[in-house]
Amino acid sequence: MSRTTDEIIDEITGPGIPIRGNDIDTDAIIPARFMKCVTFEGLGEYAFYDERYDADGNTRPHPFNDERHSQAKVLLVNSNFGCGSSREHAPQALAKWGIEAVVGESFAEIFAGNCTAMGIPAMTMDHDKIEELMHIVESEPATVLSVRVREQIVQADRRVFEGSIPPASRNSLLGGTWDSTALLLSRRDAIRETAERLPYLNDFVRG
Amino acid sequence: MGRSLFNKVWDLHKVRTLENGQDQLFIGLHLIHEVTSPQAFQMLKERGLDVLHPERTFATVDHIVPTAAQSRPFSDGLAEEMMKALEQNTREYDIEFFNLESGDQGIVHIIGPELGLTQPGITIACGDSHTSTHGAFGAIGFGIGTSQIRDVLASQCMAISRPKVRRIQVDGKLQPGVYAKDIILKIIADLGVKGGLGYAYEYAGSAVHDLSMEGRMTICNMSIEGGARVGYVNPDDTTIEYVRGRRYAPKGEAFDRAVEYWKSIASDADAEYDDVYTLDANTLEPMITWGTNPGQAIGLGEETPAVDSMPPEQREVAAKAYRHMELQEGQSMEGVPIDVAFLGSCTNSRISDLREAASIVKGRRVKPGVRAFVVPGSMRIARQAEEEGLMKTFEDAGFEWRGAGCSMCLGMNPDKLQGREICASSSNRNFIGRQGAPGGRTLLMSPAMVAAAAVNGHVTDVRELKTREPEPVGA
Ligand code: SF4
Repeated sequence: MSRTTDEIIDEITGPGIPIRGNDIDTDAIIPARFMKCVTFEGLGEYAFYDERYDADGNTRPHPFNDERHSQAKVLLVNSNFGCGSSREHAPQALAKWGIEAVVGESFAEIFAGNCTAMGIPAMTMDHDKIEELMHIVESEPATVLSVRVREQIVQADRRVFEGSIPPASRNSLLGGTWDSTALLLSRRDAIRETAERLPYLNDFVRG
Repeated sequence: MGRSLFNKVWDLHKVRTLENGQDQLFIGLHLIHEVTSPQAFQMLKERGLDVLHPERTFATVDHIVPTAAQSRPFSDGLAEEMMKALEQNTREYDIEFFNLESGDQGIVHIIGPELGLTQPGITIACGDSHTSTHGAFGAIGFGIGTSQIRDVLASQCMAISRPKVRRIQVDGKLQPGVYAKDIILKIIADLGVKGGLGYAYEYAGSAVHDLSMEGRMTICNMSIEGGARVGYVNPDDTTIEYVRGRRYAPKGEAFDRAVEYWKSIASDADAEYDDVYTLDANTLEPMITWGTNPGQAIGLGEETPAVDSMPPEQREVAAKAYRHMELQEGQSMEGVPIDVAFLGSCTNSRISDLREAASIVKGRRVKPGVRAFVVPGSMRIARQAEEEGLMKTFEDAGFEWRGAGCSMCLGMNPDKLQGREICASSSNRNFIGRQGAPGGRTLLMSPAMVAAAAVNGHVTDVRELKTREPEPVGA
């Protein structure tokens, strides 16, 4: 699903899918050989490719191959998820697969920034709560999770798990300004003024 | 209280505070390449937007470029398509493109400094996480994703929250055979792969300022492997002399004025930091990774760590790494056999890296059965190395000499590991599958260590080869 650029994002509702492990890097999320493309279309089938398939292309046990999780929208992860490369292909592949929100112990900075810029909430949460959520989703894959940006919680059945989204990302999602291009361009005068005071853009005469 | 370079440069480039609390930051230099830019141009087109400052944007091709047969069309149709997209976009938006015919092509983080585009006191963005490399000049470089590339193309700005600043003080003197690569591998091993989350790293101290610009670039390059999006070194005379005379550097009196500016933006002596970390260079030894992330590294004199001795949250990752690497806890890395030796990448493929590696290789031969190759970081480095006779040294020893590009750093071109091959690599990432084969195994080390491993066919303490004359070849 692709979002329009000014949509307010407050709640993502849908089943969850757990990917266990710390320090899962973007090369694992989308191996570089699948980045040979000039659009993001079709990346979904390559998400976690090398973990989902063996060298001969046979399916391996992996949540992304598991029918019971095929409708999942909320990705549950552990710590430092998305470290490594800045490739937006990683969150794009997840989004094309069907993910609309990620909840984890922590995220690499560029990855979290990419998610926000795509309108995907990235919520952090304590280890123990993530474990519980993963457990719920593993034992009852059809459980519907509700990721709430304003309240910074995940609701599963009637249980509430408190998380956190950095204020800037939260405000962008709730304000519908997570796609920042229009916002950045809205003050061209201020951009010009900044350029005019930078020494290196003015032959080092100013500054 | 004084201010750090990071905060001075940030404040100077800050356009305004956005409603969400982030800052709108002006980007002085935007570098683009073929992998992460086509989708951004597509988004621009969909919205009918233009490139605001095409004269502050520069392009090169590095990730997919073949290093052996470079004639067009490339034999890989997808690579050709990406190349064409970049050619088309740079033409349409009037962006300078250092293509294969220019003689200036190379890895984006190598050519920026080489051409004098990278200068102290500027902000730089590029759709590649190793943009931190440019911090070696006292610039602030951000790796960005494709949506942010679109932002920078359209507005020459990005929306970003200000990180904290950690000073990393490395005093003392490196011993022979120990390099910048070892400093940064040690820092990441100590602080962890996510230790730098939310921080910019300022590298300081005598061991850092004794380094050439190339060594500083190696260190800043790998900041992101420690979780820090930005890494930098304050500009000093070494920086100024490196920039002087380069193509895009200021000339004449403007250069003198530039130097004033560059000196003024260096961190004040009494600058405040959010955190300080110190490291002693005197006791540092050659470092090598044993695992599948850059933080899983040890000194050559150490043994691989016991999983049980690690903090609980690292154990699973470590156990998985041992299984993938087929290494044991408590073993030495010396003597681990290798199949491939790769000298290249934006971390370590500069002329000084090649000189150092060549000095190890000279008069020796690559161990039979080992596939060894050198991929210079740019066409300019390649030319210089050819002129200096380094190419001949490598070829005489049995290395293959290739054209410039990212190559086996990430295996997006034909240079890939095969099956379970194990590679001594001067690059920056040892993630599973990184070098193009899902089963491939990577050992990160300095270029000199790669050269030593190539010669002996197994991980070798380069300090031994440095002190020993080569045996006569071919006897
Ligand atoms: S050499 Fe490797 S790390 Fe550097 S830009 Fe190329 S792929 Fe990225």
